[in-house]
Amino acid sequence: MSSNPSLLQSLSPTGDADISLKARLGEVDASMRKPAMLFLVSAVFWLLLGTVFALVAAIKATNPDFLGGTEWLTFGRVRSAHLNAMIFGWGNNVIFAVAPWIMGRLSRARIRHTSILLIAGIFWNIAVTVGIFGILRGDMIGVEWLEMPSYAAPLIIITYALVGVWVIIAFRWRQTDHVYVSQWYLLAAFFWLPWLYTVAQIMLIFEPATGVVQSLTNWWFAHNVLGLWLTPIALGVAYYLIPKVLGRPIHSYYLSVVGFWALALFYNWAGVHHLIGGPVPAWVISAGTVASVMMVIPVLVVGINHHLTVVGLHKEGWASPTIRFVMFGAINYTFVSLTGSLMALRHVNEVTHFTHFTVGHAHHGVYAFFTMIMFGAVYYMMPRLLLREWPNAFLIKVHWWMAGMGILLMVVALQVGGWIQGLQMNALNEDGTPVYSSFIQIVENTRPWLWLRSLSGLMILIGHLAFGVNVFWMIFSRRRAGEQTAPTLLSPTTEQA
Amino acid sequence: MKSLPLIFLGVFFTLAFSWTGIVLTSQIQLKEFTPATPDLVDSQDQPAPGGKYLVDGETIKNTPGMTANPQPLVGEAQRGKLVYQQMGCLYCHSQQVRRQGFGADFERGWGQRQSVPRDYIEQDRVMLGTMRTGPDLTNVGLRYSELWQFQHLYDPQITSPGSIMPPYGFLFEVREISPLTGPSAEAIELPEAYQPPAGYEVVPSRRAKDLVAYLMSLHQDYELPEIKFTQ
Ligand code: HEC
Repeated sequence: MSSNPSLLQSLSPTGDADISLKARLGEVDASMRKPAMLFLVSAVFWLLLGTVFALVAAIKATNPDFLGGTEWLTFGRVRSAHLNAMIFGWGNNVIFAVAPWIMGRLSRARIRHTSILLIAGIFWNIAVTVGIFGILRGDMIGVEWLEMPSYAAPLIIITYALVGVWVIIAFRWRQTDHVYVSQWYLLAAFFWLPWLYTVAQIMLIFEPATGVVQSLTNWWFAHNVLGLWLTPIALGVAYYLIPKVLGRPIHSYYLSVVGFWALALFYNWAGVHHLIGGPVPAWVISAGTVASVMMVIPVLVVGINHHLTVVGLHKEGWASPTIRFVMFGAINYTFVSLTGSLMALRHVNEVTHFTHFTVGHAHHGVYAFFTMIMFGAVYYMMPRLLLREWPNAFLIKVHWWMAGMGILLMVVALQVGGWIQGLQMNALNEDGTPVYSSFIQIVENTRPWLWLRSLSGLMILIGHLAFGVNVFWMIFSRRRAGEQTAPTLLSPTTEQA
Repeated sequence: MKSLPLIFLGVFFTLAFSWTGIVLTSQIQLKEFTPATPDLVDSQDQPAPGGKYLVDGETIKNTPGMTANPQPLVGEAQRGKLVYQQMGCLYCHSQQVRRQGFGADFERGWGQRQSVPRDYIEQDRVMLGTMRTGPDLTNVGLRYSELWQFQHLYDPQITSPGSIMPPYGFLFEVREISPLTGPSAEAIELPEAYQPPAGYEVVPSRRAKDLVAYLMSLHQDYELPEIKFTQ
């Protein structure tokens, strides 16, 4: 636990005694209002569009004739449009809204010259629009997670730089003596991503590396987008919000340092586990497998730290929309990472590789962990930026239940279905012939699970619509601050009960 | 942990470390690779096709008169690869065979041996793939006729009822049979249920022809110094 009382104060709502601090945070909020709202509105737009792409792709996976005659919407393209809309459209926009804001708050640094952030926001959305349009019209690049045509890349790199600079400036000119764990995570992430992206662009697109080095670079990049960008951001946000909302400092400072550096050290080697059994140098795979297993350390450390912070306050947590979403994400971080470490073991990988199991795993990470935490952040941030409360608690509940149950259904369906698919592809008779010699038979057996996936996608779409309506309702509502000052709660807390 | 430079150095070196380990060392190792004949012996000291290749760090020359593999794609097949990329076939098909005993790639008939790094050195875009919603395509050029490929692309239900592979009918043109020249030689045969209205024919577009040329070019049916066929 940190021994700095002012850090505790800054985290705790009871630190309100310090009026100047509150005024300071208000200043930070005010300075970030416009850029954060621009990024947020764009994020919600891409989230909805990405969900529609996802649903179209999911239906096509069971009924290939659905929109089958439209080249622009062929499975390979909608599926990639979905991925890019989610990662670059939703994920990055919401990060650009939340991360500089949290960094500003923790550093007590007003973000100046926010017009530069506004320009970055416009650039970013042009880049994503151009990129996704390019994918749909057929300029897709055959590299997973880097499908956007290369003409979108310069804008993307410029925007990373423009946003990253503000995060670094806010940190550099911070008004506090103390540095909180969230600040490391956010800073590190903003250093990592531009570097990863630039190297990947050069080695894969402008000057492609030899043979399978491309595949190695591809998975070094793609897995690190998850591990060194989405993950540290989401963890940093969770580390900020959990103590902030619950009014209790994070359990252990020491554990958070260990968690941070273990992640930095191991995660970036793990990506090559996507190539286990493939035509790449064997020792690279071994290193990737070892690193994937070592990831258990930071994962357990962070899990314990989060859990011990929340323990005993479950009722309060359940009442707060922010904590509900954030804790859902935090718990799933533990689960998805442990699954990931298991999947890197050769015998497990032999079954799960090349199946829907991996697709389920990717959604487990990007959605059940990252996205749910970012939803929590949005529920916390918007009232502070707009100085008004959420218009409708019922819509928040719809969002919570549909997104939460939807993603659990999806992960279970894809992972059970994928596991069966993997077993059937590998199954051999005693004489060494495949048990399921007809491939179509295996394909048929995955269908019911893919149907369930479409159903879960529908639930998630409903959740996102509820979220979108609430966000826009809030933005356009006339109710001014002061009319309702109490935070929106989803259930009675101990005090009220 | 308060200093910006310190955090920066830490995050820089962790990433540089993995990049060096995973990407750079492999690049250094693989950029030496050349196409090779299956044979290690070089009795005559003549310039050999495919030049020299590396085995266990030693430079060895190819045997004269033997074909060195892999060979680069040319012409139609090369263009067809771009179609493969633009249609996103990659998201359902892999192009890598695992060794016997790891999965059942060998037993399913997807390859006579496991794929090795050298198989990919001539490719400008490597698409190993991570999904097998459909079968592995490393050696698909050895398995089917061109007509099968055209029919399957036009509508997978023709050749594989129950398939969930998307139809690529938009790569074909349904057009009126010319009254002057009669049916086109390129028109594809289709079973009853899939035939266009009388007086019409289904002709593959250039992209369809390129794509099929690419599919027909896919094969790893040669041995290399480092890998022999699985018995
Ligand atoms: C949605 C996933 C999906 C996509 C996208 C897809 N396929 Fe398939 N493919 C399958 C499935 C499932 C099968 C097995 C059933 C069948 O033969 O149709 C298959 C089978 C094949 C086969 C026969 C392989 C064999 O050994 O029997 C070829 C060739 C093929 N696909 C080529 C392609 C090409 C070329 C593309 C891109 C233009 C493509 N596929 C896109 C799912 C897909």
